[in-house]
Amino acid sequence: MKERNDDFSKRRENLKDLSDKELKKYFYELADKIVDPLVKMGFDNTSKSIERSVLLRMGFSSLECKGIVDLLSEHDLLQKGAGHCVYKIAKDKALTIRQAGIELGEGKHVDYLKEVFKLYG
Amino acid sequence: MDKLKPNEKLDIRNILQDLENYRPSKRGWVWRDKREIELGQFKFKQASPSLKNYTPLQSAAYLGGIDPQPDAVITAEIASGRFEDDIRRMRMAAYHGADHIMVIRTAGQSHFDGLLEGTPQGIGGIPITRKQLRAQRKALDLIEEEVGRPINYHSYVSGVAGPEIAVLFAEEGVNGAHQDPQYNILYRNINMVRSMVDAAESKKIMGYANIAQIDGAHNANATARDAWKVMPELLVQHAINSVFSEKIGIKPENICLSTVPPAAPPSPDLKLNLPYAVALREFFDRYKMRAQMNTKYMDSSTREATVTHVLNLLISRLTSADIQSTITPDEGRNVPWHIYNIEALDTTKQAMTGMDDLLSMVEIKNSGYIYEKKREIQERAVLMMEEIIELGGYYEAVEAGMFVDSGEYPQRNADGISRKIDGGIGAGTVVKRAQDYMAPVTAHYGYNNVAQYGEDYVDDPAKLIEGSTFEKPEKIQFIDELDETDNVYLRLDETEKYRNTNLIKPEVEWLADGVVTVDLFFPVGLKVAVEAAIQAGKNMNLSDIEVIHKESLHPSEGTRVQIKGRVNFDIDIDKLTIPEELETISEEAIFDYVKKNPIKVIAGTGGDDEHSVGIREVLDIKHGGIEKYGISYVYLGTSVPIEKFVDAAIEMDADCIMISTIISHDNVHYKNMQKLHDYAVEKGVRNKIILIAGGTQVTPEIARKNNMDQGFGRGTKGKHIASFLVEKHKELNKK
Repeated sequence: MKERNDDFSKRRENLKDLSDKELKKYFYELADKIVDPLVKMGFDNTSKSIERSVLLRMGFSSLECKGIVDLLSEHDLLQKGAGHCVYKIAKDKALTIRQAGIELGEGKHVDYLKEVFKLYG
Repeated sequence: MDKLKPNEKLDIRNILQDLENYRPSKRGWVWRDKREIELGQFKFKQASPSLKNYTPLQSAAYLGGIDPQPDAVITAEIASGRFEDDIRRMRMAAYHGADHIMVIRTAGQSHFDGLLEGTPQGIGGIPITRKQLRAQRKALDLIEEEVGRPINYHSYVSGVAGPEIAVLFAEEGVNGAHQDPQYNILYRNINMVRSMVDAAESKKIMGYANIAQIDGAHNANATARDAWKVMPELLVQHAINSVFSEKIGIKPENICLSTVPPAAPPSPDLKLNLPYAVALREFFDRYKMRAQMNTKYMDSSTREATVTHVLNLLISRLTSADIQSTITPDEGRNVPWHIYNIEALDTTKQAMTGMDDLLSMVEIKNSGYIYEKKREIQERAVLMMEEIIELGGYYEAVEAGMFVDSGEYPQRNADGISRKIDGGIGAGTVVKRAQDYMAPVTAHYGYNNVAQYGEDYVDDPAKLIEGSTFEKPEKIQFIDELDETDNVYLRLDETEKYRNTNLIKPEVEWLADGVVTVDLFFPVGLKVAVEAAIQAGKNMNLSDIEVIHKESLHPSEGTRVQIKGRVNFDIDIDKLTIPEELETISEEAIFDYVKKNPIKVIAGTGGDDEHSVGIREVLDIKHGGIEKYGISYVYLGTSVPIEKFVDAAIEMDADCIMISTIISHDNVHYKNMQKLHDYAVEKGVRNKIILIAGGTQVTPEIARKNNMDQGFGRGTKGKHIASFLVEKHKELNKK
């Protein structure tokens, strides 16, 4: 930010008559305003790390998670959820979750996912 | 695994065995059981129950051995680069009152995109991996049983792999973690959008696992040029992380603000720090305070750091601290050593106990300087938040370089940290979730279209996969080692010679590192003294000599220099002569017995011996001698003929003769002992009178060989002799 002298006494005009309690209340109102858009962003988006953390919870090792997520990312499938992709394969191909994930990590079933998730065309 | 025994070393190889099947004993943070306690003659108000096994403060020897534990959780940060050596330090720390063990990560881990595995050696910290976490948690599960209090284990959920690390922590029983996306953004240059999105998931997982969260705001005062000028911003940073965390789902009682008194002497410490501490606690009373000690102004003097830290503890006691962290006084000069971790813990325990219930005697004024200053800090913080919103929000404010500016807000010096919304590590890696996005696991934050597979799963998405690792830990995949050239087994093999054998070496952080400190004074100025100290180290055959501290006492009259270096020898403990340990009984038991059974002693130095200092020390009440316990004595003086001791004892009906014999020339001390015994036999009183010999060359073995009942050598205190007298007197009375 540009250099600026301490103009606290001028800026505080709207605060100086607030009671301690009111000041605190106002502080948290402002905090809400700053934080709410950040929370919303977290709600609507995902990342490679989040998706790897989902796969970890599904019983894959860190190395397996990395392989699967990198592959899904390449094929624009992270938007569906990495866990979702593994679940979908397991369900539709009658595999266990682990089998489905290991096979996906080996590059199998990618075309199938793109098809069922309608990423073609 | 077998329970730990205080007199047995912890076996690291045992800890590493069968790790793949180990499950932590519990999940989630544990606060101390805060309550009033009564210990010895004292009542403590801000306290918690004593430990089962502990090392008390030295002064406790005069106060019945009590070890009062304060109310706050006390932290030790332990991470030397070798987690296996840290485990031993954790055990020592627990004995000194630590119940929060924090592990610093190795340099560079926050930029690693994924999890590390195995047990490679770290730099300035340790690589956090599943195996390392599990081994340390397993050790801590044993240690907490040994000391009788839960121990919280803690590390960092940050960097570009935060959510994965959070899962790892929940699975492995980690109880506390640093989590603050602002830290990623400002100090690690990780993209701000990515940091916030990842933080939401990390916090959700931490909330589920009841992991206490510590924020990263205090880093601003470690970074800013004049630490005390960032106080308003600290309130803002605390608010952003705390409110964000609560909205995601962490309980307020698990949200801890990391707060450091920003200033240190020679600035007027309390005048700067106390109003800030009050401002903070007033605004954030729904959250917990993790009070950290100041590191900003630390240099190489461990004494100076300790004084600053005690002032920090005064602030904690004048306001509040739920977690009291400790900074080792050597942090300004090296990665902390064992002894300094322990010193920091003892400093904390000592000061907090000493200031117990301070606020029942003094109170902070609600007017004048402190009130006005507190209010000013709060208003400045509010003004900063107004401007963040005016600029368009948090991201825009960071881009504008609003944070960590050295001016006290609203003053700006145009030197803040600026990050681009589309810049930094991991920029452009966030993916918008599709309408059919789904994650079939527990503790997942945000949009999750589970309903597409049935309404039944909405409240429990993990049901789709019959439970995630949080419900079914047996699903966790354990990786042992990935690097054959860098792992714990190789390090253990290297030092095997010193593990449970007869060989030892001095040590500061790693087993058998051989490092020693030499503290020197030279009667010259600084520059010459430093070179003289290095030369002294060489003459002592030390290698890798480094100056770790220097301070001028006077420009020409003298300089103090501390050097460290390595010794190149082993000590064979089988070849050491270990003196017999003198048994003592409790002071109360001595008082009690002597009150009911008066004991009279005849004492003096025997033969031609004029050395009376030692015997006066163990007799006189003012030195803590036997007189203190109500034992009466008659001092015959120096160079007393041996016969005279026995005659006087008969005449005064004494129970004991104490003869001091320092001179050992021609074995005259042995001869005098034998002579004393023979004469007592001759007079027919040997069975009634206890004979004791003492002196610098006397050992219990020598004395007994020469027909004394007991002998006392160097380091003897009145308590040792009084304990022996009571036991022996009892034995004679029975007969």
